[in-house]
Amino acid sequence: MIKVKYFGMLTEITHCSEEQLAFSGTTVEELLKVIVTKHPGLKSLNFQVAQNNDIVDLTAKVNADLIALLPPFAGG
Amino acid sequence: MNNRYNRHIILSEIGEAGQNKINNARVLVIGAGGLGCPILQYLAAAGVGTLGIIDFDVVDETNLQRQILYGKKTLGINKAIAAKERLRDLNDLITIYTYSEPLTYQNAVTLFNQYDIIVDGSDNFETRYLVNDACIISEKPLVYGAIFKFEGQVAVFNHNGGPSYRCLFPSPPPSGSVPNCSEIGVLGVLPGIIGTLQANEVLKIILGIGEQLSGKLLCFNALDNQTTILNVNKSMEQFEKVLNEKPRFEQKELSITCDTDMIVSLQEITSFSEVQFIDVRELHEEPKLTGTNIIQIPLSSLSDQLHKISENRQKIFFCQSGIRSKKALAIAKNHHKSLCYSLKEGANELFLQLKNMQHENA
Repeated sequence: MIKVKYFGMLTEITHCSEEQLAFSGTTVEELLKVIVTKHPGLKSLNFQVAQNNDIVDLTAKVNADLIALLPPFAGG
Repeated sequence: MNNRYNRHIILSEIGEAGQNKINNARVLVIGAGGLGCPILQYLAAAGVGTLGIIDFDVVDETNLQRQILYGKKTLGINKAIAAKERLRDLNDLITIYTYSEPLTYQNAVTLFNQYDIIVDGSDNFETRYLVNDACIISEKPLVYGAIFKFEGQVAVFNHNGGPSYRCLFPSPPPSGSVPNCSEIGVLGVLPGIIGTLQANEVLKIILGIGEQLSGKLLCFNALDNQTTILNVNKSMEQFEKVLNEKPRFEQKELSITCDTDMIVSLQEITSFSEVQFIDVRELHEEPKLTGTNIIQIPLSSLSDQLHKISENRQKIFFCQSGIRSKKALAIAKNHHKSLCYSLKEGANELFLQLKNMQHENA
């Protein structure tokens, strides 16, 4: 199981700020497919992925039990 | 030196030498809104020798819930000017320059060159990317802060060889896809917290003390007080992309200001009865305009209610001053709506025009 944290407007779609997801794949990209299948509304949104505390790209291997999805904020 | 900065000077980490650094620093704050107010207040109080404030907007009643430099007396006054008034009383030993105009590709680099540190308190992605790119071109550190409802982000970009905003978020999301405070709301104290964190980073950069948030993104959630600090890697590709565009930088236009042919003035409207006017102000705003060809859809809910606007007629968005109507135009264009325009003037002028026409017809 992987704990996935959602920030900002992503939580308006997921209706939770974090959840546990079953994942048996390898890369961040594969994990995102699992997440987007569960929350299709995320597909059209911009966000970055952090693994533990590092921003990573889609090709990175998932080797942590905490993943965070981070959208940009505009407000000031 | 008088006693004003005594509590700084007695800190061994700052001392006279550190306070002199603060007094000689030149800091430009982009936007004097929710973030800009606490940033400016603390930097002015700390004695930052030269403060620049750029904001084209005016103080509105809905700002007072969080924009703490303003009050009833400054309603309707340009924010840069109103902020300077308040800050001059707070500290008359510093120099404050105001720029009551939008930040553009044309003025950004020249302006940034006159300062040591740039602080972003703007409220839209276009300006944020412009600020980032102009910081790269002018080689200035950028103290970034942004908020959404109950959450905030703070980072230091382009500092001591660290990453830029584009290294974190390479390109802006589609216009209108991420709402800002005026559209979705924000907890009043949140920009106070995030702006104060930004002011703290500015002082640390000036003083060269502590660990700055360079290469790091601090995420704060006001509801559960969780603070997460994430590491951001530098992408040379993103820097090169910006630097390659450098020769063409000043020719670029912000989309929010570039659609000049989609902005119409009252004089240019040939038949008032044939167009549909769309009031994108909030429901409580005055004056109220009514008529068979006027509908009201606040900007905050426009993207959900675009189906309500006419397909075939010419549509003219209006608001209080012609700024939100431009945002409405951008949203409508984004949803591929045609025949849309933004009214140059505001609701007051349109109200008078319609009233005069009624008189003429009577």
